[in-house]
Amino acid sequence: MTAAWTAVLVVGAATIAIKAAGPILAGERQLPTGVSRVLDLLAPALLAALVATQAFASDESLVLDERGAGLLAGAVAVLLKAPLLVVILVAAVTAAGLRAIS
Amino acid sequence: MRAVFLHTARSLLASVPESALRTSPAASEAHTPPPADERSATSRTPASSYRAGVRAVLPLIPAVVAFGASFGVLAQAAGIGGVASLVMSATTFAGSAQFAVVSVLGAGGTTAAAIVAAVLLNARYGPMGLAAADVFKGGPLRRLLEAQLLVDESWALSNRDGRFDRRVMLGAGAFLYVGWNAGTAIGVAAGDSLADPATLGLDAAFPALFLALLAPLLRSRTSVAAAFLGAAIALALTPITPAGVPVIAATAACLVGLTRPRSVPAGAQAGADAGRPQPDAAGRRTHPRDARPQEAST
Repeated sequence: MTAAWTAVLVVGAATIAIKAAGPILAGERQLPTGVSRVLDLLAPALLAALVATQAFASDESLVLDERGAGLLAGAVAVLLKAPLLVVILVAAVTAAGLRAIS
Repeated sequence: MRAVFLHTARSLLASVPESALRTSPAASEAHTPPPADERSATSRTPASSYRAGVRAVLPLIPAVVAFGASFGVLAQAAGIGGVASLVMSATTFAGSAQFAVVSVLGAGGTTAAAIVAAVLLNARYGPMGLAAADVFKGGPLRRLLEAQLLVDESWALSNRDGRFDRRVMLGAGAFLYVGWNAGTAIGVAAGDSLADPATLGLDAAFPALFLALLAPLLRSRTSVAAAFLGAAIALALTPITPAGVPVIAATAACLVGLTRPRSVPAGAQAGADAGRPQPDAAGRRTHPRDARPQEAST
Protein backbone atom coordinates (compact mmCIF):
# COMPACT_ATOMS: atom_id res chain seq x y z
CA MET A 1 0.00 0.00 0.00
CA THR A 2 1.35 3.39 -0.87
CA ALA A 3 2.00 6.05 1.76
CA ALA A 4 -0.86 8.10 0.36
CA TRP A 5 -3.37 5.28 0.63
CA THR A 6 -2.23 4.48 4.15
CA ALA A 7 -2.73 8.09 5.20
CA VAL A 8 -6.09 8.30 3.44
CA LEU A 9 -7.45 5.16 5.05
CA VAL A 10 -6.09 5.73 8.53
CA VAL A 11 -7.22 9.35 8.64
CA GLY A 12 -10.62 8.41 7.22
CA ALA A 13 -11.15 5.67 9.79
CA ALA A 14 -9.94 7.87 12.65
CA THR A 15 -12.19 10.74 11.61
CA ILE A 16 -15.22 8.52 11.30
CA ALA A 17 -14.54 7.16 14.78
CA ILE A 18 -13.95 10.59 16.31
CA LYS A 19 -17.16 12.00 14.86
CA ALA A 20 -19.21 9.01 15.92
CA ALA A 21 -17.80 8.65 19.44
CA GLY A 22 -19.96 11.25 21.16
CA PRO A 23 -23.23 10.38 19.42
CA ILE A 24 -22.75 6.65 20.05
CA LEU A 25 -21.34 6.71 23.56
CA ALA A 26 -23.35 9.54 25.06
CA GLY A 27 -26.50 8.64 23.17
CA GLU A 28 -29.64 10.33 24.33
CA ARG A 29 -28.49 10.32 27.88
CA GLN A 30 -28.86 13.71 29.40
CA LEU A 31 -25.64 15.19 30.56
CA PRO A 32 -25.27 16.56 34.06
CA THR A 33 -25.94 20.28 34.32
CA GLY A 34 -22.33 21.20 34.91
CA VAL A 35 -21.22 19.31 31.83
CA SER A 36 -23.89 20.71 29.56
CA ARG A 37 -23.20 24.21 30.78
CA VAL A 38 -19.61 23.74 29.79
CA LEU A 39 -20.52 22.20 26.44
CA ASP A 40 -22.87 25.10 25.72
CA LEU A 41 -19.85 27.35 25.71
CA LEU A 42 -18.07 25.16 23.23
CA ALA A 43 -19.71 26.98 20.32
CA PRO A 44 -18.49 30.49 21.19
CA ALA A 45 -15.04 29.20 22.21
CA LEU A 46 -14.58 27.08 19.11
CA LEU A 47 -16.04 29.59 16.67
CA ALA A 48 -13.83 32.33 18.02
CA ALA A 49 -10.80 30.05 17.73
CA LEU A 50 -11.73 29.23 14.13
CA VAL A 51 -12.18 32.90 13.28
CA ALA A 52 -8.78 33.68 14.78
CA THR A 53 -6.85 30.83 13.18
CA GLN A 54 -8.48 31.01 9.79
CA ALA A 55 -7.93 34.73 9.51
CA PHE A 56 -4.51 35.08 11.09
CA ALA A 57 -2.72 31.74 11.08
CA SER A 58 -0.56 30.63 8.22
CA ASP A 59 0.92 27.25 8.95
CA GLU A 60 2.57 27.85 12.27
CA SER A 61 2.89 31.60 12.20
CA LEU A 62 0.60 34.54 12.70
CA VAL A 63 0.17 36.81 9.72
CA LEU A 64 -1.85 39.85 8.89
CA ASP A 65 -2.89 39.55 5.27
CA GLU A 66 -5.87 40.03 2.99
CA ARG A 67 -7.88 37.53 5.02
CA GLY A 68 -7.64 39.84 8.02
CA ALA A 69 -8.89 42.74 5.90
CA GLY A 70 -11.70 40.57 4.60
CA LEU A 71 -12.61 39.61 8.13
CA LEU A 72 -12.69 43.25 9.19
CA ALA A 73 -15.01 44.13 6.32
CA GLY A 74 -17.12 41.10 7.17
CA ALA A 75 -17.27 42.23 10.80
CA VAL A 76 -18.69 45.58 9.70
CA ALA A 77 -21.33 43.72 7.73
CA VAL A 78 -22.12 41.61 10.79
CA LEU A 79 -22.53 44.74 12.90
CA LEU A 80 -24.89 46.13 10.30
CA LYS A 81 -26.87 42.90 10.59
CA ALA A 82 -26.31 41.97 6.99
CA PRO A 83 -27.47 38.52 5.88
CA LEU A 84 -24.90 35.76 5.94
CA LEU A 85 -24.45 35.72 2.20
CA VAL A 86 -23.65 39.42 2.21
CA VAL A 87 -21.15 38.98 5.04
CA ILE A 88 -19.36 36.25 3.12
CA LEU A 89 -19.36 38.21 -0.12
CA VAL A 90 -18.10 41.37 1.51
CA ALA A 91 -15.20 39.48 3.06
CA ALA A 92 -14.34 37.60 -0.12
CA VAL A 93 -14.58 40.63 -2.39
CA THR A 94 -12.46 42.70 -0.01
CA ALA A 95 -9.73 40.06 0.10
CA ALA A 96 -9.87 39.43 -3.63
CA GLY A 97 -9.78 43.16 -4.38
CA LEU A 98 -6.76 43.74 -2.18
CA ARG A 99 -4.95 40.80 -3.76
CA ALA A 100 -5.75 42.08 -7.21
CA ILE A 101 -4.20 45.48 -6.59
CA SER A 102 -1.23 44.33 -4.57
CA MET B 1 -10.90 23.01 3.60
CA ARG B 2 -9.15 25.74 5.18
CA ALA B 3 -12.18 26.08 6.98
CA VAL B 4 -14.58 23.87 7.99
CA PHE B 5 -18.09 24.49 7.98
CA LEU B 6 -19.78 25.77 10.92
CA HIS B 7 -22.66 27.74 11.69
CA THR B 8 -24.65 28.36 14.60
CA ALA B 9 -26.49 30.87 13.66
CA ARG B 10 -29.27 32.45 14.98
CA SER B 11 -28.63 34.78 12.14
CA LEU B 12 -29.39 31.86 9.90
CA LEU B 13 -31.88 30.04 11.91
CA ALA B 14 -33.64 33.24 12.55
CA SER B 15 -33.23 35.17 9.38
CA VAL B 16 -32.42 32.83 6.54
CA PRO B 17 -34.79 30.00 7.13
CA GLU B 18 -37.56 32.19 8.36
CA SER B 19 -37.50 34.55 5.51
CA ALA B 20 -36.94 31.67 3.19
CA LEU B 21 -39.89 29.91 4.63
CA ARG B 22 -42.07 32.90 4.26
CA THR B 23 -41.46 33.07 0.59
CA SER B 24 -41.19 29.45 -0.33
CA PRO B 25 -44.23 27.60 -1.49
CA ALA B 26 -43.72 24.89 1.07
CA ALA B 27 -43.70 27.38 3.86
CA SER B 28 -46.75 29.22 2.80
CA GLU B 29 -48.38 25.87 2.84
CA ALA B 30 -47.25 25.49 6.36
CA HIS B 31 -49.09 28.59 7.32
CA THR B 32 -52.24 27.92 5.44
CA PRO B 33 -54.76 25.56 6.90
CA PRO B 34 -54.69 21.97 5.85
CA PRO B 35 -52.37 21.23 2.98
CA ALA B 36 -54.09 19.60 0.12
CA ASP B 37 -51.55 17.03 -0.79
CA GLU B 38 -50.73 14.23 1.45
CA ARG B 39 -47.01 14.28 1.12
CA SER B 40 -46.70 17.75 2.45
CA ALA B 41 -49.17 16.96 5.16
CA THR B 42 -47.08 14.17 6.57
CA SER B 43 -43.66 15.58 6.01
CA ARG B 44 -44.25 19.24 6.34
CA THR B 45 -42.40 19.92 9.50
CA PRO B 46 -39.43 17.66 8.88
CA ALA B 47 -39.14 18.76 5.29
CA SER B 48 -39.16 22.43 6.13
CA SER B 49 -36.56 21.82 8.74
CA TYR B 50 -34.18 19.80 6.57
CA ARG B 51 -34.77 22.43 3.98
CA ALA B 52 -33.91 25.07 6.52
CA GLY B 53 -30.55 23.37 6.90
CA VAL B 54 -30.03 23.23 3.17
CA ARG B 55 -31.00 26.86 2.76
CA ALA B 56 -28.89 27.97 5.64
CA VAL B 57 -25.80 26.41 4.16
CA LEU B 58 -26.50 27.45 0.58
CA PRO B 59 -24.45 30.65 0.66
CA LEU B 60 -21.41 28.57 1.53
CA ILE B 61 -21.69 25.99 -1.16
CA PRO B 62 -19.76 27.85 -3.87
CA ALA B 63 -16.81 28.24 -1.54
CA VAL B 64 -17.05 24.63 -0.42
CA VAL B 65 -17.08 23.35 -3.98
CA ALA B 66 -14.16 25.62 -4.84
CA PHE B 67 -12.11 24.38 -1.90
CA GLY B 68 -13.09 20.81 -2.64
CA ALA B 69 -11.79 21.36 -6.14
CA SER B 70 -8.57 22.85 -4.86
CA PHE B 71 -8.14 19.86 -2.58
CA GLY B 72 -8.53 17.62 -5.64
CA VAL B 73 -5.94 19.62 -7.55
CA LEU B 74 -3.43 19.80 -4.72
CA ALA B 75 -3.84 16.14 -3.86
CA GLN B 76 -2.88 15.19 -7.41
CA ALA B 77 0.13 17.44 -7.23
CA ALA B 78 1.16 15.81 -3.95
CA GLY B 79 1.01 12.37 -5.52
CA ILE B 80 -2.19 11.21 -3.95
CA GLY B 81 -4.03 9.43 -6.71
CA GLY B 82 -7.41 10.48 -8.02
CA VAL B 83 -9.25 7.57 -6.46
CA ALA B 84 -7.50 8.05 -3.12
CA SER B 85 -8.46 11.74 -3.19
CA LEU B 86 -12.09 10.90 -3.79
CA VAL B 87 -12.05 8.27 -1.06
CA MET B 88 -10.52 10.76 1.31
CA SER B 89 -13.19 13.39 0.70
CA ALA B 90 -15.89 10.77 1.10
CA THR B 91 -14.55 9.36 4.35
CA THR B 92 -12.70 12.16 6.09
CA PHE B 93 -14.97 14.97 4.91
CA ALA B 94 -13.06 17.64 6.77
CA GLY B 95 -11.19 20.16 4.71
CA SER B 96 -8.52 21.27 7.10
CA ALA B 97 -7.37 17.73 7.85
CA GLN B 98 -7.35 16.80 4.19
CA PHE B 99 -5.27 19.82 3.27
CA ALA B 100 -2.93 18.97 6.11
CA VAL B 101 -2.32 15.48 4.72
CA VAL B 102 -1.71 16.91 1.27
CA SER B 103 0.70 19.50 2.53
CA VAL B 104 2.68 17.09 4.70
CA LEU B 105 2.95 14.41 2.02
CA GLY B 106 3.54 17.00 -0.68
CA ALA B 107 6.43 18.42 1.30
CA GLY B 108 7.97 14.96 1.59
CA GLY B 109 6.85 14.35 5.15
CA THR B 110 6.26 10.89 6.54
CA THR B 111 2.94 9.11 6.48
CA ALA B 112 2.89 9.13 10.26
CA ALA B 113 3.35 12.89 10.38
CA ALA B 114 0.50 13.37 7.92
CA ILE B 115 -1.77 11.14 9.97
CA VAL B 116 -0.95 12.84 13.25
CA ALA B 117 -1.55 16.29 11.79
CA ALA B 118 -4.92 15.28 10.37
CA VAL B 119 -6.07 13.52 13.50
CA LEU B 120 -5.10 16.51 15.63
CA LEU B 121 -7.09 18.76 13.34
CA ASN B 122 -10.12 16.54 13.55
CA ALA B 123 -9.92 15.95 17.28
CA ARG B 124 -12.29 18.88 17.79
CA TYR B 125 -15.06 16.69 16.45
CA GLY B 126 -14.84 14.70 19.67
CA PRO B 127 -16.19 17.47 21.93
CA MET B 128 -18.44 18.76 19.16
CA GLY B 129 -20.02 15.34 18.75
CA LEU B 130 -20.46 15.05 22.48
CA ALA B 131 -22.18 18.42 22.67
CA ALA B 132 -24.55 17.44 19.88
CA ALA B 133 -24.92 13.81 20.94
CA ASP B 134 -28.56 13.99 21.86
CA VAL B 135 -29.71 14.96 18.38
CA PHE B 136 -28.71 11.63 16.97
CA LYS B 137 -31.22 8.83 17.02
CA GLY B 138 -31.43 5.10 16.59
CA GLY B 139 -28.87 2.35 16.87
CA PRO B 140 -25.11 2.61 16.76
CA LEU B 141 -24.86 2.15 12.99
CA ARG B 142 -27.34 4.88 12.21
CA ARG B 143 -25.64 7.18 14.68
CA LEU B 144 -22.28 6.42 13.19
CA LEU B 145 -23.50 7.28 9.71
CA GLU B 146 -25.41 10.40 10.66
CA ALA B 147 -22.53 11.63 12.77
CA GLN B 148 -20.42 11.79 9.63
CA LEU B 149 -22.47 14.81 8.55
CA LEU B 150 -21.08 16.65 11.52
CA VAL B 151 -18.69 19.28 10.29
CA ASP B 152 -17.95 22.71 11.69
CA GLU B 153 -20.53 24.44 9.53
CA SER B 154 -23.39 22.01 10.04
CA TRP B 155 -22.66 21.89 13.74
CA ALA B 156 -22.65 25.63 14.17
CA LEU B 157 -25.62 26.20 11.90
CA SER B 158 -27.77 23.81 13.84
CA ASN B 159 -26.80 25.13 17.25
CA ARG B 160 -29.39 27.21 18.95
CA ASP B 161 -28.60 28.22 22.47
CA GLY B 162 -26.68 25.07 23.08
CA ARG B 163 -29.37 22.84 21.61
CA PHE B 164 -28.87 21.30 18.26
CA ASP B 165 -31.52 21.00 15.61
CA ARG B 166 -31.23 17.53 14.19
CA ARG B 167 -32.75 18.23 10.81
CA VAL B 168 -30.84 21.41 10.26
CA MET B 169 -27.63 19.56 11.03
CA LEU B 170 -28.40 16.68 8.73
CA GLY B 171 -29.78 18.85 5.93
CA ALA B 172 -26.86 21.24 6.03
CA GLY B 173 -24.35 18.42 6.49
CA ALA B 174 -25.70 16.44 3.55
CA PHE B 175 -25.55 19.45 1.25
CA LEU B 176 -22.01 20.23 2.37
CA TYR B 177 -21.06 16.60 1.81
CA VAL B 178 -22.36 16.68 -1.74
CA GLY B 179 -20.65 20.00 -2.42
CA TRP B 180 -17.32 18.91 -0.98
CA ASN B 181 -17.23 15.63 -2.87
CA ALA B 182 -18.44 17.17 -6.11
CA GLY B 183 -15.76 19.81 -5.74
CA THR B 184 -13.12 17.16 -5.16
CA ALA B 185 -14.20 15.31 -8.28
CA ILE B 186 -14.03 18.51 -10.30
CA GLY B 187 -10.55 19.20 -8.99
CA VAL B 188 -9.33 15.68 -9.71
CA ALA B 189 -10.75 15.84 -13.22
CA ALA B 190 -9.67 19.35 -14.06
CA GLY B 191 -6.19 19.31 -12.63
CA ASP B 192 -4.43 22.60 -12.23
CA SER B 193 -6.32 24.37 -14.95
CA LEU B 194 -8.51 25.72 -12.16
CA ALA B 195 -8.08 29.08 -10.55
CA ASP B 196 -6.81 29.30 -7.01
CA PRO B 197 -9.78 29.99 -4.72
CA ALA B 198 -7.64 32.51 -2.87
CA THR B 199 -7.67 34.72 -5.95
CA LEU B 200 -11.39 35.00 -5.46
CA GLY B 201 -10.97 35.78 -1.79
CA LEU B 202 -12.76 32.60 -0.82
CA ASP B 203 -10.30 31.90 1.96
CA ALA B 204 -11.52 35.09 3.63
CA ALA B 205 -15.10 33.88 3.45
CA PHE B 206 -14.67 31.26 6.16
CA PRO B 207 -13.44 33.41 9.03
CA ALA B 208 -16.18 35.92 8.17
CA LEU B 209 -18.70 33.12 8.19
CA PHE B 210 -17.63 31.92 11.60
CA LEU B 211 -17.72 35.45 12.92
CA ALA B 212 -21.25 35.90 11.64
CA LEU B 213 -22.20 32.71 13.42
CA LEU B 214 -20.44 33.70 16.58
CA ALA B 215 -21.98 37.16 16.88
CA PRO B 216 -25.48 36.11 17.90
CA LEU B 217 -24.09 33.81 20.58
CA LEU B 218 -22.44 36.61 22.46
CA ARG B 219 -25.32 37.49 24.68
CA SER B 220 -24.10 36.43 28.06
CA ARG B 221 -20.94 37.38 29.85
CA THR B 222 -19.83 33.81 30.02
CA SER B 223 -20.16 33.29 26.30
CA VAL B 224 -18.26 36.50 25.58
CA ALA B 225 -15.57 35.35 28.00
CA ALA B 226 -15.42 31.92 26.38
CA ALA B 227 -15.10 33.48 22.92
CA PHE B 228 -12.31 35.86 23.85
CA LEU B 229 -10.48 33.21 25.77
CA GLY B 230 -10.87 30.72 22.93
CA ALA B 231 -9.49 33.17 20.38
CA ALA B 232 -6.65 34.16 22.69
CA ILE B 233 -5.63 30.57 23.35
CA ALA B 234 -5.72 29.75 19.64
CA LEU B 235 -3.64 32.76 18.65
CA ALA B 236 -1.15 32.29 21.46
CA LEU B 237 -0.55 28.65 20.56
CA THR B 238 -0.41 29.06 16.79
CA PRO B 239 3.30 29.93 16.63
CA ILE B 240 4.37 27.23 19.06
CA THR B 241 2.26 24.15 18.39
CA PRO B 242 1.43 22.04 15.33
CA ALA B 243 -1.65 23.03 13.35
CA GLY B 244 -4.80 21.72 14.94
CA VAL B 245 -3.58 22.00 18.51
CA PRO B 246 -4.53 25.69 18.91
CA VAL B 247 -8.17 25.06 18.08
CA ILE B 248 -8.41 21.98 20.27
CA ALA B 249 -6.75 23.78 23.16
CA ALA B 250 -9.20 26.64 22.69
CA THR B 251 -12.03 24.34 23.63
CA ALA B 252 -10.69 24.58 27.18
CA ALA B 253 -12.14 28.09 27.19
CA CYS B 254 -15.57 26.62 27.72
CA LEU B 255 -14.50 25.73 31.25
CA VAL B 256 -15.48 29.27 32.16
CA GLY B 257 -18.92 27.67 32.29
CA LEU B 258 -17.87 26.19 35.61
CA THR B 259 -17.99 29.55 37.28
CA ARG B 260 -21.12 30.12 39.24
CA PRO B 261 -24.01 31.18 37.05
CA ARG B 262 -24.97 34.76 37.59
CA SER B 263 -28.63 34.11 37.50
CA VAL B 264 -28.67 32.08 40.72
CA PRO B 265 -30.60 34.11 43.24
CA ALA B 266 -28.37 35.39 45.98
CA GLY B 267 -30.28 33.65 48.71
CA ALA B 268 -30.67 30.32 46.99
CA GLN B 269 -27.20 29.03 47.59
CA ALA B 270 -25.78 31.56 49.90
CA GLY B 271 -22.98 29.31 50.96
CA ALA B 272 -22.18 27.75 47.61
CA ASP B 273 -18.59 28.00 46.58
CA ALA B 274 -18.07 30.27 43.68
CA GLY B 275 -16.06 27.93 41.54
CA ARG B 276 -18.13 24.85 41.97
CA PRO B 277 -19.84 23.05 39.11
CA GLN B 278 -23.21 23.26 40.81
CA PRO B 279 -24.29 19.69 41.02
CA ASP B 280 -27.96 20.35 41.44
CA ALA B 281 -29.38 17.15 40.18
CA ALA B 282 -32.89 18.44 40.35
CA GLY B 283 -32.57 20.87 37.51
CA ARG B 284 -30.64 18.82 35.05
CA ARG B 285 -32.07 20.33 31.95
CA THR B 286 -32.50 23.73 33.40
CA HIS B 287 -29.57 25.80 32.47
CA PRO B 288 -29.19 28.30 35.22
CA ARG B 289 -27.11 30.37 32.89
CA ASP B 290 -29.99 30.74 30.54
CA ALA B 291 -31.27 33.94 31.85
CA ARG B 292 -31.26 34.83 28.23
CA PRO B 293 -34.46 35.79 26.59
CA GLN B 294 -36.30 32.87 25.16
CA GLU B 295 -35.87 32.61 21.50
CA ALA B 296 -38.92 32.99 19.43
CA SER B 297 -39.30 29.54 18.09
CA THR B 298 -39.16 29.31 14.39
